[in-house]
Amino acid sequence: MAASADGRLALRVTVNGTLHELTIPGSRLLIDLLRDDLGLTGTKKGCAIGVCGACSVLVDGELMSACLLLALAVQGRSVTTVEGLAAPDGSLSALQAAFIAHGGFQCGICTPGQLVAATALLAHQPDPDEAEVRAWMTGNLCRCTGYLGIVASIRAAVIGEGPAAGAGE
Amino acid sequence: MAPRRGDSRADSRADLAATVGRPPAASAGTVVGRSLPRREGPAKLTGAARYTDDLIVPGAWFGFTLRSTEAHARLLGLELDPAFDWSRVVVVTAAEIPGENVVHLMADDQPALVADVIRHVAEPVALVAAADPATARAARDAIRLRTEPLPAILDPLASERAFARYEIGRGDVEAGLAAADLVVEGTYRVGYQEQLYLEPQAMIAVPGEDRGVTVHGSLQCPYYVHAALARALGLAGEQVVVIQEETGGGFGGKEEYPSMLAIHASLLALRAGRPVRIVYDRHEDVAATTKRHPAVVTHRTGVTRDGRLVAQDVDVVMDAGAYATLSPVVLSRGAIHAAGPYACPNVRIRARTMATNTPPNGAFRGFGAPQTEFAAETQVNRVAEALGVSPLELRRRWAYRPGDVTPTGQVLRESVGAGVVLERVAEAADYEPVRARTAEARMARATRPAGARTDRLDGRTAHGIGLALAWHGAGFTGAGERFLASVAGVERSADGQVLVYTDSTEIGQGARTVLSQLVAEALGVPAEAVEVAPGDTSVVPNSGPTVASRTTMVVGGLLIRAAERLRADVEARTGAPFATSYRTDAAQAGRVRFDEQFEGYPGIVWDDATHRGDAYPAYSWAAAVAEVDVDLDTGEVRVGSVVAADEIGRVVNPVLAAGQVEGGTLQAVGYATIEELQARDGRYLNDRLATYLVPTAVDAPRIEAILLEEPFAGAPHRAKGLGELPMDVGAPAVIDAIHDATGAWIAELPATPERVLAALEAREGRR
Repeated sequence: MAASADGRLALRVTVNGTLHELTIPGSRLLIDLLRDDLGLTGTKKGCAIGVCGACSVLVDGELMSACLLLALAVQGRSVTTVEGLAAPDGSLSALQAAFIAHGGFQCGICTPGQLVAATALLAHQPDPDEAEVRAWMTGNLCRCTGYLGIVASIRAAVIGEGPAAGAGE
Repeated sequence: MAPRRGDSRADSRADLAATVGRPPAASAGTVVGRSLPRREGPAKLTGAARYTDDLIVPGAWFGFTLRSTEAHARLLGLELDPAFDWSRVVVVTAAEIPGENVVHLMADDQPALVADVIRHVAEPVALVAAADPATARAARDAIRLRTEPLPAILDPLASERAFARYEIGRGDVEAGLAAADLVVEGTYRVGYQEQLYLEPQAMIAVPGEDRGVTVHGSLQCPYYVHAALARALGLAGEQVVVIQEETGGGFGGKEEYPSMLAIHASLLALRAGRPVRIVYDRHEDVAATTKRHPAVVTHRTGVTRDGRLVAQDVDVVMDAGAYATLSPVVLSRGAIHAAGPYACPNVRIRARTMATNTPPNGAFRGFGAPQTEFAAETQVNRVAEALGVSPLELRRRWAYRPGDVTPTGQVLRESVGAGVVLERVAEAADYEPVRARTAEARMARATRPAGARTDRLDGRTAHGIGLALAWHGAGFTGAGERFLASVAGVERSADGQVLVYTDSTEIGQGARTVLSQLVAEALGVPAEAVEVAPGDTSVVPNSGPTVASRTTMVVGGLLIRAAERLRADVEARTGAPFATSYRTDAAQAGRVRFDEQFEGYPGIVWDDATHRGDAYPAYSWAAAVAEVDVDLDTGEVRVGSVVAADEIGRVVNPVLAAGQVEGGTLQAVGYATIEELQARDGRYLNDRLATYLVPTAVDAPRIEAILLEEPFAGAPHRAKGLGELPMDVGAPAVIDAIHDATGAWIAELPATPERVLAALEAREGRR
C-alpha cells in the first residue's frame, strides 16, 4: 500500500455496502475510523480492550472487535455495523424487531454489539438452541437485562421469521 | 394477554410477547398494565441513538484529569515540565476555580480539585485540555505532583471519624436477649461493587456568551449537576443548562459523579473559550468513580424455643471513603432495612459510616439495603438452622403483616406484600420438595466413612436451594420527598400535542415509556399521543433525582394529577371527552400546562432528629429462591436458577418490569458470587474490565420473574417502586443455597471459590 508524503496510508473499505477510499494514519483503529471518520457512532467503545463486545462488527461476515483491529486490517474488505442491519428502507430486521418485543435491551449501549453478534450467530447457525445462543453471546456484556431478554429475542427471531438480514454485507 | 390484577406473572416470554405491539385502546384503564414498546427503541436498535461521546461538537477540545497516586498526602505544588510546549494546551488547578471549590451534594466537603490535601488515590488534582487527545494526555503526563505523605486510614473499623451515626430501635433489646432461649450471633462482610454501566462517564461543556455554560452528559440527575455547576463556577442558575443525552446505564453510578465531570469539563471550557469533552476510558472510570459501600454487619438475634422472634441487635459499619458524598443517606436506608422485614418487639440498630483514605463510595442500586439485607437474611437462615425449622416456615411466622410496626415505629397499614411474595415464590420454585431432596443428598455425603474423601471423588458437585425475603422503601427516606418538593407537568401545546415535563431521566429502566403510559391513561389517549420533553434543565422542571425507586411512584403520581387537571380543564371548555377534543381545543385555547408539586403522602410523618416515624410512604417486597451447584473440588459456585417474586403495587409495563427484576437479579448474583474489587493501600487492584468480572450470558441463571400487585392507596396509580428491590434479595438467596448444598456458611461476599473452599475446609475440620 502506498503511503502519502505525511505518512498516511490509503484505505479502501466497504462499510454497510458503501465503498470508502480514505487516507489514514497507520495507527488508526477500526473503531475510530467508523466513529470519527465515517460518523458511524452506533459502534460503541465500552472498554477498548476487547472484553465487552460493544464495538462488535462484521468483517466479511466474521464477528470482530473494532477496538482491537487496525483500520488497515480491513483493507479491501467489507464491514457491517449496526447501521447496516436494518433494510435500506429503514424497516427493522427480524432480530431488531424481536429485541423490542422481548425486552432485549434497556439502556441500549451494548445493543449494537449484541445485534451484530447475534446476526453473526444466525448466519453461522440458523437454528441455535438456548445453550448455543448463550455460549456465542458470551463476548457481549450487558449490565441491564440479565441476558434473558437478549436470549429470548434471538430465539424468537429464529422461531419467527428465520435469520435476520444483513450478515456479511 | 394482559396480566390479571394481583397475578401478573412475567415468567412466560410468550405471554409477554403477546402483550407487545398491540394498538393501544383510547379508553381509560387500557394503557397501564400493557407491555407497550419502548419509546426510544428503534433509535437504540439502529445505532441512531446519540450518547454523549457520539455527539459531534465542532471545535471541541479533549479534556483529561491528573489524579493523585497517594491515599493521603499534602499537596506542595505542581511542576510543569519546562520542555513541554504549554502554549498548545490549557491547564486548570484549584486556584482557577471561579466559585467554591466543592462538588455540591450533602456535606459539601469534596473539592472539585485538590487544593492542599490529597485524601484518596485517584483524586482529581489538575485538568488539561488540548485540540487532540494525544497532546492533552502528553500535557497531563508532563505535570508532576510534589507531595508530602501523610498517614492514611484505610480500615473503616480503625477510623474515628464518622460522616453519620444513627441509632434506631423500639422495645428493650437487652431484656429481650436476656429472656430469649437462644441467641444467635453472626458477623457478615460485604465488599465493593462496581456499577459497571457499559457506557463510561462522559460530559461535554459548551461555554455560553454570558460566561455561562451548557453541559451535555451521561447522567441520572440533571438538577444535581445544575446545582453543583452553579456553585463551583459561581454562576446564577439561569446561566447553567444541563442536558441529559441518551445514557448507557447508571445504577446509581451516574447519580452524583457526573457533577464532578460537569465541573471539570466546564472549568476547561471556560478557560479555553471553546467546548471541551471529557470521556473517561473504562480504566479511569473504574479507578475513580464511586462504588457500593463495603460494610461489616453484626447481628445478635434472640428467639424462643418455639421459634418466636424476641430481640434483634444489629450493628452496621459502612466504609464511606474520603468524602461524605451520599453516605449519610446510604447508611440511613441501610440501617432502616437492617433488621429485615420481620416483626420484632425489641430491636436496636446502630449504624455508622466512617471516613477512610479511599475513593468515596456512593449510590448503587439498593443504596445501602443490599449490604444490610444480605446480613439480615443470612442471619435469619442461620436462626432457622439453629431452630431446626424450614427457612420458609420461619419467615411465614415472622414476616410483616398489616398492622405490624417497624423499628422506626412505622405502622404498616397497607400494601404489605411479604406473605404473598413468599408463598408465590415457594410454590413456583417447588421450594420445600427440592429442599427435602438436597437435604437427603447432603446427609448421604455426610454419613459416608470419614477419611476416604469419597464425597469429593464421586460427588464433585453439590446442589442446593436457598430462600431470602426483602423489603425496599420506595422514594426518598424520611422527610426527603418533602424537602425535594418535586415538580412535574403536563402540557397540551398550541399545536395540539401532549407533552410531559419532568427531569426524570431515561437510563434504560424505561422511564420515558412508563411515564407516558401513566399520562396517556389519565388523559384517555393512546400512549403514542404523549411525548416526553427532552431532559434539558432550560425546558423541564426539577422533579427530583432519578434514583431511589421513586420515578414511577412519586413522579408518576405527580404527572397523573397534572394530567387529570389538564383533562378537566379541556373537557370543561369543550364539553367533550379529552381524547376527541384536545386537538381542536388547541386552536381556541392555545397552550395549556399544569404543573404539580409534591406535598406529601397522607398520614406519613417522620422526625429526622430522632430517626423515628414513617420512613417511607410504602415498601415493595421481594422473595427469591436460588438453586446452585457447588464444585466441591474448586469451590466454584454456579447459580442455575433464580425464581423471584416482586410485589410492587401495580405493574405499569410487564416487559419493562420483568426486565428490572431480571437485570437486578443478575447484578445480585454477581454481587454474591464473582464481583470482587480488591484494594491495597487505598488503590483498586483490578480496575479494568479484564480483571473486574461481571456475569456473562453463560454465567447468568435462568430467572423467572413473578410480578405481584398489592395496591398502594397513597399513589393515584397504586404503584410503588421496583428498580432497586431485586438487588436486595438475590445475594442472600444464593448464599443460603450454597449452605444448603454444602452445610457451610459464607459470611463474606462475594462467595469466591477461595472463600467457598475455605468454608468447606473449616467445616470438614470441625467434623
